[in-house]
Amino acid sequence: MSEPRAKNPTPAAGAAGPPITRSFSKSEMMIVAAARELAGQRVCFVGVGLPNIAVNLARLTVAPDLELVYEAGAFGAVPARLPLSIGDPTIVTGATAVVSMFELFSFYLQGGLVDVGFLGAAQIDRFGNINSTVIGDYEHPKTRLPGSGGACEIAINARQVFVIMRQSKRSFVDRIDFRTSPGNLGGAEAAARIRREEGWLGRGPSVVVTDLGVYHFDESGEMRLDSIHPGATLEVVRETMGWEPRVAQPLATTPAPTPEELRLIREHLDPDGAYTK
Amino acid sequence: MVAAGVARKLVFSWLGNPGVGGLHAIRRRVEDADPAPLELEEYSHFGMVGRYTAGASNLPFFPLRSYFETDLPKANPLIRPIRSPFGEETVYAVPPLKPDVTIVHAQRADAEGNTQIWGLLGCQKEAAFAAERVIVVVEELVDEAVIRADPNRTVIPGLIVDAVVVEPFGAHPSYVQGAYDRDNRFYRDWDTISRDAATTAAWLDEWVYGVSGRVEYAEKLGVERVAGLRPSGEAPSGSVDYGVYK
Repeated sequence: MSEPRAKNPTPAAGAAGPPITRSFSKSEMMIVAAARELAGQRVCFVGVGLPNIAVNLARLTVAPDLELVYEAGAFGAVPARLPLSIGDPTIVTGATAVVSMFELFSFYLQGGLVDVGFLGAAQIDRFGNINSTVIGDYEHPKTRLPGSGGACEIAINARQVFVIMRQSKRSFVDRIDFRTSPGNLGGAEAAARIRREEGWLGRGPSVVVTDLGVYHFDESGEMRLDSIHPGATLEVVRETMGWEPRVAQPLATTPAPTPEELRLIREHLDPDGAYTK
Repeated sequence: MVAAGVARKLVFSWLGNPGVGGLHAIRRRVEDADPAPLELEEYSHFGMVGRYTAGASNLPFFPLRSYFETDLPKANPLIRPIRSPFGEETVYAVPPLKPDVTIVHAQRADAEGNTQIWGLLGCQKEAAFAAERVIVVVEELVDEAVIRADPNRTVIPGLIVDAVVVEPFGAHPSYVQGAYDRDNRFYRDWDTISRDAATTAAWLDEWVYGVSGRVEYAEKLGVERVAGLRPSGEAPSGSVDYGVYK
């Protein structure tokens, strides 16, 4: 997914909610929640778009030792500004290593050194299978999307996959139009068997963060809403997805962004509001 | 090239305006065959890297652990499963790619075409070695001694280079590590310009067909805009001692 810019500026979450929810946008909450999921992780392959800002926020907050991997060939990037894309000179200056794409995909990713592949998506289904190729039929698409990039092999070879995307009836669908990056296929049991038989290194998707909540995957391999963002309601969650969601009991409320997280986003990472308006 | 109607087919792994959005001229051709269809041959990044690697190494295919349980092999029948000759495992194979011409932009080369690059390398080396002909476009032409003083940085040897074009600022609106930054305004403007076929054609008239060359193009952009793309500071590498051995 290559569209980090919010086409429709999101109003501050829950204007009628508690006062604190007025002070941040749904996109800011999503980015903060996604960054927090990276606590304790070591090596993260950074996808284009929303993953880029979430991973960079994580490096500045909960995961200072995170090694950022960018697919054009940077390992251990320490970008001094938010990279404009995944190919940006700021990911090179000060990095641990610059390697060819062959080395990166062969030795680092396929070699099993990547803990988390952080991806965006245009469509996702309940099992975390991702489409970033086309909306509609492949030969005659309604919308031609950018395609895999490295997402296909990242989903297969990164130890875990994290996803960040805005949720809507169009993006959270019962059936994706094209499977670009495999998730839990048709369920956890079959997926585990196929991964073993085919020699995948990845265990599949483990978290999906949206503008409404945080989902993890249950033992059946299906997405389960574990935390709902302040200002969001279960009603809105249900209205913005193409299947009846599983919901954790009890359902947690995502802690609101801290002043420091908001400062880093607004002053350092996204001063123009390209991702967060 | 797609917008100008001089590309019939795209062999690719990603098509987008990085960090901005979609590529509208390509979308018009793919979604609406407007003004003509565009043939697509689609891979993933690792698949394209593998294709160049096989092409450069004179191998019949490149094996990789990707594509399992995805729709990509259905969309592109050139992505095929193969059984390992040494066991029961199945992986996917992609065919070699040998471009007629590969064009690489680099910081510097000598007159023989020995080319040095620093910063992100992508798959420029593989694409150059796979090609029938190689053109390098450089920011600076340097003496052979500069190349020989730092042989680790030579990515493409003059042996496979057919032409060296000395064209400072030649990568704009993209960047060159240490020389200038990506002109992000251009990428954002392109999103608006390219949404409409008529404004795209008018832009091509003004900025491609209407300028005599890169110098006029840079002048047209304006001194201030070009100067604004300089890196905000210096970050020189330390130097190493290769030693003399007699």
